[in-house]
Amino acid sequence: MSEVEVVVVGAGPAGSMAALELARAGVETLLVERGPFPGSKNVYGGVVYPRVLGDVLPAWWERAPIQRFVTRRATMVLTETQAVTVDVRTEAWGAPPYNGVTAYRSEFDQWLADEAVRAGATLATSTTVTGLVRDGDRVVGVMTDRPDGELGCRLVVACDGVNAFLAREAGLYPGYSSHHLTLGVKEVLRLERAELEARFNLVGREGCDIEMIGATGSITGGGFLYTNLETLAVGCVLKLDELAAQARRPEAVLTELKAHPAIAPLVAGTELVEYAAHLLPEGGYDAMPELGAPGIVVAGDAASMTLAAGVWLEGVNYAMAAGRLAGQAAALARAEPGGIAGAYVHYRRLLEGSFVMQDHKRLRRAPKVVFSEFVQRVQPGVLCDVAESFFTVDNPSPKRGLIATVRGVLRARGVRWRDALRSALATARLFR
Amino acid sequence: MSQTDRSERSDRSDRSDRFDGLDFEDRMATATFDVATTPHIVVDGDACEGCTTKACVTVCPAGLFVELSSGGVLFSYEQCFECGSCYLVCNEAHAITWRYPEGGKGVIVRRG
Repeated sequence: MSEVEVVVVGAGPAGSMAALELARAGVETLLVERGPFPGSKNVYGGVVYPRVLGDVLPAWWERAPIQRFVTRRATMVLTETQAVTVDVRTEAWGAPPYNGVTAYRSEFDQWLADEAVRAGATLATSTTVTGLVRDGDRVVGVMTDRPDGELGCRLVVACDGVNAFLAREAGLYPGYSSHHLTLGVKEVLRLERAELEARFNLVGREGCDIEMIGATGSITGGGFLYTNLETLAVGCVLKLDELAAQARRPEAVLTELKAHPAIAPLVAGTELVEYAAHLLPEGGYDAMPELGAPGIVVAGDAASMTLAAGVWLEGVNYAMAAGRLAGQAAALARAEPGGIAGAYVHYRRLLEGSFVMQDHKRLRRAPKVVFSEFVQRVQPGVLCDVAESFFTVDNPSPKRGLIATVRGVLRARGVRWRDALRSALATARLFR
Repeated sequence: MSQTDRSERSDRSDRSDRFDGLDFEDRMATATFDVATTPHIVVDGDACEGCTTKACVTVCPAGLFVELSSGGVLFSYEQCFECGSCYLVCNEAHAITWRYPEGGKGVIVRRG
């Protein structure tokens, strides 16, 4: 059996940051990736929030393969025939240290893995980890599908993605369930650059990101649309259980979203260059696994470190931060008598003190609120009707005040004040 | 992987989107797969025949599962996005055994 000090499984944002941190600390690190190159298995909903890279890879924006820097961020609430949009635009996001960026994961993930290699980590692509090697309660290696099979190590950093096979095998994830998963389907559409920039009101490398709620019909979920340099990507995330229960095809939901009167002009005249799909962990804090045990720590999607809070949809940033903390925890544990296998103790503590767990804890009710029946299927109609009514010039009727307008809409839609207020309060409490 | 390898694979990304609902095969033709010789999905056909939900048929984004008139399920593994939806929605009989394809094989996402 070959031996290495640490095996990092998965060269996504979590794994590559872990490997980068480990290599810089002088730890012998093997970064194992099942795809032919890092990023080749990855699909996301559009925006990397890369400020966590700031002190790790200074001036990352000069080297990272970025498509566009997001300066326009819109949230749309849709019904079948209406849309209300909050469209935020600022020049501040178009200059260092930037805010959100769009990228092709095949390029971005490869770049980040290359940085880990530059720091001294070894990258093994086209290698699938098929299981853990254990000695009692302790993880002491991984099994791979390479001819030389087993690989012994002192610590496994499991960044193997949303299916979380390693955390589940280690018994860290008893609550793993399809209830906490959404299926994302995405189309990348080609559009001539000048036309794209005119259509989305962008100049140079500026980018636009749009999130949608109420766009997925009878299936709980959300939609997204964002711009690359010469393509735009449109997709939706759909609650897996509901797709199954309602026998709805995911691409049919996406096709309907694209046909919405507020979306159709944005995607008109484009050419499909790639269709892809991926699962997302969207259960939030309460769906997270145990974050580690002797000989293993878990980071990124494998640990459900994504935030689906309606107006905030993040994941790559949490993965990068958690990966980095896993690396730091390992370096700390290595200097102690218990050795690097005890990294999980430091990892938990470091995570608890970081925005990764603080955000997830603070927004632990978000999945319940955002995916509630009211927010998904009642609120969009109320909001759109109120906005439409408020801005409809219904002469010769005199103008009505906002409260009278809301009252009229609630009555017309058969929504009780009590339910509307309860949902408004739950939302307010969520973001307070 | 060499450049030659990559260019030999199916890469028919020049098809146009009809926008009002794309033909499913055209949609799938935009994705790239380096197919493994061994299937990474194994289905227990006996368990499927008694399954009332056939949820895999609905959720698989690649449409790899097809319901047969006999009550069974026909599946293929070649154009799998490797998401895992099928085995996660599979009923209590656990008819679907699913793992990742062998290293280097399977879907290759270029603009994910």
